[in-house]
Parts: sequence; C-alpha cells; structure tokens
Amino acid sequence: MSHFKPDIRQRAEELVSLYPRARSAMLPLLHLAQEQDGYLSEEGIEEVALLTGTTTADVRGTAAFYDMYHLEPVGAYVVGVCTNVACLLAGGEELLEHAAKTLGCAVGTTSADGLFTLEETECLADCDIAPCVSVNHRFVRTTTPEAFDTMIGEVRAGMRSHDIPVHGNLIRVRRSVGLRAPREEVIEQRARSSAARAQRAEEAK
Amino acid sequence: MAVLDAPRIVSSRAQFADSYTLSRYLATGGYVALRKALTMFPEQVAAEVDKASLLGRGGAGFPAGRKWSMLRKSPISYLVVNGDESEPATFKDHFLVESDPHQLVEGVIIAAYSLQVSQAFIYIRGEFALGLERVQQAVNDAYAQGALGSKIFGSDFSLDIVVHPGAGAYICGEETALIEGLEGKRGFPRIKPPFFPAVTGLYGEPTVVNNVETMSNLPWIVNNGGEAFAALGAGRSTGTRLFALAGRVVNPGVYEIEMVKNTFRDLIYDPKLGGGITGDHKLKAIIPGGVSAPWFGPEMLDLPLGQDEVGEKGSMLGSGSVVVMDETSCVVRVAWRITKFFARESCGQCTPCREGSGWIERAMYRLEHGGGRMEDMDLLLDLCDNIAPGLSWPPQQTTICVLGSSIPSSVHSAIAMFPDDFREHVLHGGCPHD
Ligand SMILES: Cc1cc2nc3c(=O)[nH]c(=O)nc-3n(C[C@H](O)[C@H](O)[C@H](O)COP(=O)(O)O)c2cc1C
Ligand code: SF4
Ligand code: FES
Repeated sequence: MSHFKPDIRQRAEELVSLYPRARSAMLPLLHLAQEQDGYLSEEGIEEVALLTGTTTADVRGTAAFYDMYHLEPVGAYVVGVCTNVACLLAGGEELLEHAAKTLGCAVGTTSADGLFTLEETECLADCDIAPCVSVNHRFVRTTTPEAFDTMIGEVRAGMRSHDIPVHGNLIRVRRSVGLRAPREEVIEQRARSSAARAQRAEEAK
Repeated sequence: MAVLDAPRIVSSRAQFADSYTLSRYLATGGYVALRKALTMFPEQVAAEVDKASLLGRGGAGFPAGRKWSMLRKSPISYLVVNGDESEPATFKDHFLVESDPHQLVEGVIIAAYSLQVSQAFIYIRGEFALGLERVQQAVNDAYAQGALGSKIFGSDFSLDIVVHPGAGAYICGEETALIEGLEGKRGFPRIKPPFFPAVTGLYGEPTVVNNVETMSNLPWIVNNGGEAFAALGAGRSTGTRLFALAGRVVNPGVYEIEMVKNTFRDLIYDPKLGGGITGDHKLKAIIPGGVSAPWFGPEMLDLPLGQDEVGEKGSMLGSGSVVVMDETSCVVRVAWRITKFFARESCGQCTPCREGSGWIERAMYRLEHGGGRMEDMDLLLDLCDNIAPGLSWPPQQTTICVLGSSIPSSVHSAIAMFPDDFREHVLHGGCPHD
C-alpha cells in the first residue's frame, strides 16, 4: 500500500522518470512527501526510500542536511524572518522579536494553536524589501511590525489562501510532459554532429 | 554621473507587469535568437560567446566561452544551471527567474545546442517557490511550441530540460555540492582535483555548470553578436551586469548597468540608482560582491565596477551584490552576523571551516553582546589566519571549498578598518548602539 495519495504517487513516479538515476529525484520527492503530510513523516520517508532505491536512514540523513525539510510536525504556516546582513541593517532582529510576540511562540517553536511555526532565516534573496518575511516560502513583503500583524490577521482569517498555500505546497505548476528527447535519437544525433564538427575542423586546416 | 545609456541586455522586459509570460516574451523578440543559433554551427555559437568575453556571473568570473571550448576535447554530457543564489544580499537571480524565465530557458537551450548536450538541469533554490513555478511554466511553454524536446524547431537537435528544486543549503551554490544535491545526496563539496565538473561532474560525466545570469545573456549575444557585447564595458569586464544593491540606501534594488563605466559612487548615489544613503547619513563601509568579499571604505567609492578593477584593490565583484553601511550601522554586529551565517552553513567536512567558524562566531558574539576582551582582536585575527593563512585576497585555501576561506573576510575587514569600534565594545561591555 502506498502512503502517498494517488495524485501525489503519480507525480512522484513522473519525477523519478525525469532523471537518469532514481536517487536524483530525492529532493523533489521529499518536497512532495512534505506537501502531503506537512512534514517528513516516517511513512513518507519510507516511500521516498522505496522510490529512490535507498534506505530510510539514507533518506533521513540526506533530508536532515537541508533546512526546508521538517523532520517533526510544524504549524500550518511556517513564518520566516530574515536577520542576515541586509535585513539586519533594516531591523530584522527587532522584527523577529516582534513576530515572536505576535505569534505567541519563541523562535524555532510552534504556537499553541498549531497554526504558526516561527523561524529565523538566512538570506532569502529578497533583500531590497527588508527585513524579508516569508510564509510557507511565499514572500509577503511586510517590513514593519504593523504590516506584519495585519498579514498574520489575514492568514488567521483565511483571507490569504490564494497566495499562501498550507505548508509543504511548494510548486503548484506541474510539469506538462515527460522526457521528449529519445535516447537512441540523441546518441545518433551526437555521433553525426561530432563527425561533422571533426570534418569542419579538418577542412579549416 | 552614472552612464545609463547602455542597452538593457537581461532586464529589458522587467518593466512589463506580464514580463514572465510567453506572450510578452514572443512579442518582445523571444526565441528569435534560438532560431538563429540553430542555423549556425555549434562551435560558431561558442565562438560568439568567446568574442563577447562573457564572464561567469556566479561569483568566480570565469569566461563562459573558455569554459565551453576548453572542454571540446571530451564531449560534455550535461549542462547544469546554477540558480541556488544564497550568497547573503545577492538577489539578482531571484529577479531574473521571476521576471524573465523564458529568457533563461532560451539561454539554456542555446548553451545546450552549442555544447551539444541533450539533457540540462536548472537547479533553483527551493525557497524561490514563485520563481520555480515561473521557470517550470516557461519550460512547459517551450515544449508546447517545439523549442524543447525532439528535433527543436525542425532542426537536428533535441533537448530535455528538468527544473530541479533545492531545499535550503547555501553550500549547494558551490558547483560540486550542487551536483551532489542533483544526485540526491547531502551537499558536500567534492575535492578538486579530480572532481572538476568539466572532467568528473554529474554521475561522473563531464558537466558544464553556469549561473542563471550567465545563461540569460545568451539570447542577446546571439542576436547582436559577441562583438556588440564586448563593445560594452572595458578590459576583461564586458557587457552589462546586474548589481543587487542593499543595506542603508534610499532605493535598494537590482540595477543593470554597463561594466567598468560606472563606479560604486554612481551605483550608491545616482538618483536613478541607489539614490544616496538613508537619512542622508555618512557612508561607513561597503561590502562589494557578497559577504565572502573583503570590505571597502569610502575611499574606494570612485573605483569602477569591473572585475579586475575591484580585484586589484583586494576584494571581488563576486556575486554582484553591494551592501552599504552608514555611521549608524554597527560593524561588529554585521561581522558577527556574517560569521554566524557561515558557521550555520558550513557543511562540516573540513576542520578549519567547521570549528573555526564557530570559534570566531562565539568571540564575535561576546564582543557584541557583552563579555568581550581587548585580547579578542588578536585572538580573532589569529583564528582567521589559521583558516586562510596570510589573510590575503584571494585567500590561501586550507579547505575543500572556498566557503572556508571566505569566513575571515568580514571579521578581518572590520578589525582592520574599525579597531576603535571593537575597543569601544569592550569598554562599553557590549554594543554601544543598543
Ligand atoms: C560557497 C559557494 C557558494 C556559491 N554559490 C553560488 C550561487 O549561489 N550561484 C552561482 O551561480 N554560483 C555560486 N557559486 C559559484 C559556483 O561554484 C560556480 O563557480 C558558478 O556557478 C559557475 O557559473 P558561472 O561560470 O556562470 O559563474 C558558489 C561558490 C561557492 C564556493
Ligand atoms: S570549506 Fe566548509 S563548506 Fe567547504 S567543504 Fe569544507 S567544511 Fe564544507
Ligand atoms: S539579507 Fe535578508 S533576504 Fe537577503
């Protein structure tokens, strides 16, 4: 029995087929597992191990290296406030402190209602609108405490579902086709093109 | 005064609200370059890029044309595009993937044709959710109109592009770590030699890795010719470049300007660019080229924005980011925060990087937050010297990759340029700005 729901399972299989080796699909598959469960559950990790031909220890060890994967459950909304250099110069530390008060949870923890997890992030490459705030990897661009509180109020009231999906939904645009350059054709083309190039080089001499 | 009459090579479409759509792309000359490239021989395309003298825009500034042609002896198997952009205060690739994903995709197809590879991967930082969606859409659109897949535009060339999301690790911007990530592993940089991507890259096969901005320049170069590109800028720094300006300036943002013809002063003070320092304060220091780069003081304001010009003065243009600090900024805090970043992002393979970053971070922390000692400055310089012996730039390397050797830059700069600020922190028992 697959732990993945049919749609997720289908997307997972499509992903594996895009790479010369199944293991290469590891990072996108972990994003998918997180999309279904909101974090990397035991069952999700097992399924990724099966799909990539690895072990659960290997999958967990790989996932632990990357900041975006959560090995423990997190809130429906993961709020990140950047305090790296550009954001620091714009008051990122102060905004992070304010966010902890508004959400009622310390940095690195989840609010009592399970709605929000607060993180201090490194630079997210949105440094011109600083300090940078992201919610579930969407840049919300609220740089003042007031704007931050308004945004959180809207999320609570369910008014932001159009631009901020629940945690784990990373890429909502799906790939429309599988691989389209057949291997045999490619090998043949390559042989032809290098022969032609060699001939041109010869003629140039 | 800044010279602003150069053509916009990579940011011409950003002015349109729908700049990321296929219809806008086609209406503004999209895919003309690819059709033209397909009528040329692959090596002719490479020759144009060589003539353009396009330097890689990812940080190291290696000429793209040379990277491609050096490798002609052994055919390249894979093209990998580096969109991991995590160098703090660098946000130009973020701008490119969101504002002009089709230009990137067309550039990648052109590069793949020139290299005659049939599989390319675009690795994009996982946190760019919208950017990932837009690039995926652009790839879908390219397939739908025959610009990708089998026999592109009726030619004898076929190519698949796969968009690959990262998952949050600065080190995956380093090209061999990125390849590890693409192989589904932890992002541990590989030892060079032997693991130069061009020799032993993805799956052990020859691989070319290029930055997003490098690729985005290609449609223009094919359309206008390498010479037209090389006519812009000066010396080795040709063409235009995106500069990400951040920190204490009135108008932070991404600006495309001609290389060398403009100075740091132009970028920071010109009303059409940075617009000056916030609150009319005085400039204290700038970080050119990302937080790995040594800092400059106000005396360098008139230095031209060119790779060699900045290199000769002991720093680098690097990733094209410029961070401005004014007299209200605490340089100790900034240097501490940068070290904290490196300590978090060190992959842990090399002792000087893994341990050294943590030791420096702790000493900087106590200087900033109370408990610092006068001896700490010497201690810090000694630690820095252990990581990058001699504290010169470019740094001596004791580690597998240059993340390690970049750790000392900010702390060394801050101590060398502002020793009094450190003394004040010690005497005050913490940050006097608090
Ligand atoms: C620690 C580290 C981080 C890097 N991060 C990036 C990055 O985010 N994007 C990038 O294009 N290059 C990055 N690079 C440089 C790449 O290793 C590589 O030189 C570059 O992608 C080559 O592309 P280019 O020749 O087009 O510049 C990084 C290098 C190091 C050592
Ligand atoms: S220098 Fe640091 S980041 Fe680079 S390989 Fe060594 S430990 Fe990893
Ligand atoms: S420094 Fe905060 S987003 Fe770049």
